[in-house]
Amino acid sequence: MGSRFSYTLDSSLDSVNKVEEAAEQLAQKSGLDEDQIFQITMAVREAAVNAVLHGNAYDPQKKITASFENTGSSLVIRISDQGSGLDPNTLPDPVAPENLLSGSGRGIFIIRSFMDEVHFKLLHPGTELTLIKHLDSTQKRA
Amino acid sequence: MSMKISTRQVDGVTILDLSGRITLGEGSVQLRNAVRELLGKGSKDILLNLAEVNYIDSSGIGELVSAFTATRNQGGELKLLKLTKKVHDLLQITKLYTVFDIKDDEAQAIAVFTHK
Repeated sequence: MGSRFSYTLDSSLDSVNKVEEAAEQLAQKSGLDEDQIFQITMAVREAAVNAVLHGNAYDPQKKITASFENTGSSLVIRISDQGSGLDPNTLPDPVAPENLLSGSGRGIFIIRSFMDEVHFKLLHPGTELTLIKHLDSTQKRA
Repeated sequence: MSMKISTRQVDGVTILDLSGRITLGEGSVQLRNAVRELLGKGSKDILLNLAEVNYIDSSGIGELVSAFTATRNQGGELKLLKLTKKVHDLLQITKLYTVFDIKDDEAQAIAVFTHK
């Protein structure tokens, strides 16, 4: 049996922390090890920061939504904003030598490093990021 | 939990002992202000002790890089001391492990500052 829950939240750092906590709880309940829990929690936090900061630019009129699902074979987390839309193809490579000393621009790279699949979907308006971590047979189907 | 910073001087090097989280809205701004203040006072040899930093996000990583470049631009040096496994792994993934001078031993770290 799968489980799913979702939130609609203000564009604030409190929302980022709430989404982060929810991701940690989902990962813990799914029987993942400490490193995997850290990776998922961090990836989801980065996605929430992106939505609040870069997507909605802290606009109090705009909301972010976060949904969390254990499908039985994967953890699927979707984070969406109501911003102007993010084209991942336009992002500079943060590990290219010319960008290494940049003070920002590593969030999406970290998300991609820590999750098995990352999908971008342009909404009108906004962006939805889908983060997927596959579960192996030893992990719980919460 | 927010970040705490305490400052001490050893052999002409300013050591910032950081503990907690360096993340957007929590430790990032504190770290930026602390380094700015040091550079403003002319303290240009800075050792960031990260032994008690249990979490850092991309904003915190960016702040470490900005602190590094700001110090270097003023003719100083900024080094990192005692990374936790999580911070170590993140600096490797982001290819910053080779950018920073990272030490595990405080005395050894202080010894390799060239200005002091």
